[in-house]
Amino acid sequence: MILEGLSVTLAHYLAVSGVIFGIGAVIALSKRNAVAVLMGIELMLNAVNLTLLAFSRFSSAFTQGGAQGGEPLSGHVFVVFVLTVAAAEAAVALAMAVLVYRHRETVDLDRINLLRG
Amino acid sequence: MESPGIILAFWVLSAITVAGCLLVMVARNLLHALVFLVLAFLGMAGLFVTLSADFIAVAQILIYAGSIAVLMVFAIMLTPLAVRDNANSLYVLPALAAGLGMAAIIGFVAVSTPWAELQGDALKHNDPVTTVAAIGDLLLGRYVLPFEVASILLFFALLGAIVLVRERRNDGDPS
Repeated sequence: MILEGLSVTLAHYLAVSGVIFGIGAVIALSKRNAVAVLMGIELMLNAVNLTLLAFSRFSSAFTQGGAQGGEPLSGHVFVVFVLTVAAAEAAVALAMAVLVYRHRETVDLDRINLLRG
Repeated sequence: MESPGIILAFWVLSAITVAGCLLVMVARNLLHALVFLVLAFLGMAGLFVTLSADFIAVAQILIYAGSIAVLMVFAIMLTPLAVRDNANSLYVLPALAAGLGMAAIIGFVAVSTPWAELQGDALKHNDPVTTVAAIGDLLLGRYVLPFEVASILLFFALLGAIVLVRERRNDGDPS
């Protein structure tokens, strides 16, 4: 079997999550369009969700319900809250993008510079 | 985790997700970038399934690949005169440096730290058949206060979005 000896561990998930977080950060920092910046932020939130779920599955601190008195699925509940906040944030941020477009006729973040001294 | 199907699924889904993210970064058209973003979200939902998080995976597909993608389509369509390209700003080189730095640091910490992780039989014993009931118990038991606060947050986000994008009439009506 070609996959013999390979095993997916916690570090694999964390590394994938780090790569996705980095790409999301590049998108959020370098794009001009406000909607594209929001896409980067959503990718970063998603990477954090992957980290939480990976820890929830692999970590013995939570699963055995021992030392910290943790529940087995606390990571999942955290992810539910992150999903909630992400949905609320996306709704408000996109409403703000539409509002800025009505006032300035652009969502280009390089040209929304009213506060520049 | 030792079954070869899970290992194969992890690598394939990771490749799909990372490729989707990269294509979001390099796509020229904003709507194409959105399609690749949905692809990345679906790949991420598959990764959640490999972590035996079935409820979160379904919620991910519903919320991210469903509603947030539709919201973004609306935002793009409601700004018709704005530029549709996915151009970079002046800060692309510092952004690349910062993103590569973050990914390198997180990857280094992830690989070099000796995690106290479960392996083998303990992991298999630990996997629940379904997580929905346990998540429901936790949400209405131990985490009931954050649950209520989240409902208030959602309510005010709804109100805020409606108030922000409402058309104001200029015929003397103050509302």
